[in-house]
Amino acid sequence: MDQIKAKLMKPSRETKQETVGKIISYTCIVAIMLLVLLVLYFIISFGMSTFTTNHVNLWSFLSGTNWNPSQLDAHGNPEVGALPMIVTSFAVTVLSALVATPFAIAVALFMTIIAPKHGKGFLQSIIELLVGIPSVVYGYIGLTLVVPFIRGIYGGTGFGILSGTIVLFVMVLPTITSMTVDSLKAVPRYYLEASLALGATRWQTIYKVILRAATPGILTAIIFGMARAFGEALAVQMVIGNATLMPKSLLTPAATLTSQLTTGIGNTVMGSLPNNALWSLALILLLMSLVFNIAVKFVGSKGDLNK
Amino acid sequence: MNPKIANKIADAVIYILVAVVVIILALLIGFILITGVPHISWHFLTSVSQAFAAGGGIRDQLFNSIYLLILTLIISFPIALGSGIYLAEYAPKNWFTNLIQTAIEVLSSLPSIIVGLFCYLLFVIKLQLGFSILSGAIALTFFNLPLLTRNIQESLESVPDLQREAGASLGLSRWKTITGIIFPIAIPGIITGIILSAGRVFGEAAALIYTAGESAPVINYGDFNPFNTASFLNPMRPAETLAVHIWKVNTEGVTPDASAISSGSSAVLIIVILIFNLGAHYIGKRLYAKMTASK
Repeated sequence: MDQIKAKLMKPSRETKQETVGKIISYTCIVAIMLLVLLVLYFIISFGMSTFTTNHVNLWSFLSGTNWNPSQLDAHGNPEVGALPMIVTSFAVTVLSALVATPFAIAVALFMTIIAPKHGKGFLQSIIELLVGIPSVVYGYIGLTLVVPFIRGIYGGTGFGILSGTIVLFVMVLPTITSMTVDSLKAVPRYYLEASLALGATRWQTIYKVILRAATPGILTAIIFGMARAFGEALAVQMVIGNATLMPKSLLTPAATLTSQLTTGIGNTVMGSLPNNALWSLALILLLMSLVFNIAVKFVGSKGDLNK
Repeated sequence: MNPKIANKIADAVIYILVAVVVIILALLIGFILITGVPHISWHFLTSVSQAFAAGGGIRDQLFNSIYLLILTLIISFPIALGSGIYLAEYAPKNWFTNLIQTAIEVLSSLPSIIVGLFCYLLFVIKLQLGFSILSGAIALTFFNLPLLTRNIQESLESVPDLQREAGASLGLSRWKTITGIIFPIAIPGIITGIILSAGRVFGEAAALIYTAGESAPVINYGDFNPFNTASFLNPMRPAETLAVHIWKVNTEGVTPDASAISSGSSAVLIIVILIFNLGAHYIGKRLYAKMTASK
């Protein structure tokens, strides 16, 4: 009797299995959480050291236009003005998203509404292919095709925001397109049918019904594209010219946050001001990537069709 | 304006924009393959790269890329599998799960240069792993984990609940149900995800410049002891990958035939990634047909 009782009171083999399994999967998820926290902690603490250890004024860092961290200016303060990089980063991001969006929406409309039969398979594989091309290859093509082309038309070096925009346009196009396709597909089919039944033309239906209903999804797609453009390093670095000057036009060499990081980190000494200033640029990048995340959440929660 | 005319104009505009996109892609792929493929030869694939002279190959870079990819998958797959199982099967609907989802989204949207710099700071400098394949593989793990976790989670979630109920009615633990019933059904989707993520890892460069390094020391392919410094299996040696090589010869290198090397390497990269993409579709379909009763 006691034996049976003991057996009944003890956890079964299945319970033990379950515990082991739970522990394993729980450990993994906690590991990922820790990784994210580690990244945030390290980048933030190193990025802040410019302001805490080197006592650089935050405002002068964000608004200064001279980037020359190893030298002092007339007032004896180090020249760490990040504004040129910030402006250039935003310029290439916004411009490439602006150019890419009409193309992305056109391709998405073509794939979902205008010619779903021919469009889908062929364009789908094109988009997948564009996503798969590594960013260095885009950079290399930018360097050998786009830069000489711009140089031929406008003169100058060919390096600059315009070349960066063209390269990024091709890179963000597939991101925006595939997400726009998803949001167009999420619009209920009876919206389309109801509008057509009322006698609206296809364009009226698209413009007044489909695109309106899909707006939050399309906005999310554009934000994702912008996040990709903002964080892209090597392709931009290869065509932007890497001159830390305030961009005067789209054709003069400039530098983005990412390109400055790529070229600078290897040439500075750990813990010195020039190095800390670069980590501060990385911090700006990180914060912007968080901002894009929050924006996606915000836009996404605003326009849920199934609410 | 007459709606019918407006409709025609809109159609024309959309057709033109789509045509432009198709032309851009055709130009891109055409350019890479037409300028690159003639440079690919047995000599190019099997000889050592040259820093100052023309005629260098990509043997070590190609091997490093593959080795790095394998190491990355070995590190990231178990973690991604565990987390994917947790999110798909165990996670309750509460604030903690939301937090985890957000953390994974943040990780996946981090610029790869940030991930690279973080790993440079922590692993290369603080933990003194140096510029090494191991540091590179850890950096790529960061990059790969969110994609792979999401993919495994979705593959597991797409398995019908009927299977879970069947497992429960047999008196199996949930863990046994997951490992014995749910996971095998989800394998085709997971394999497809792994291959697609492999393609992205293969072409990644920004995260590797400061972790795996930009140099490819001479290595001995006959030495199978991973603890020898010259061995090709040694994970502690610096290793320049193919993607980093393209970047380097174009920006910092002084090789006279930089454009030939980069067009050849680009073509190799694109071809490998194309094979990955097509392979993912093919293997996914085959495995699904094989492992489930459906055709």
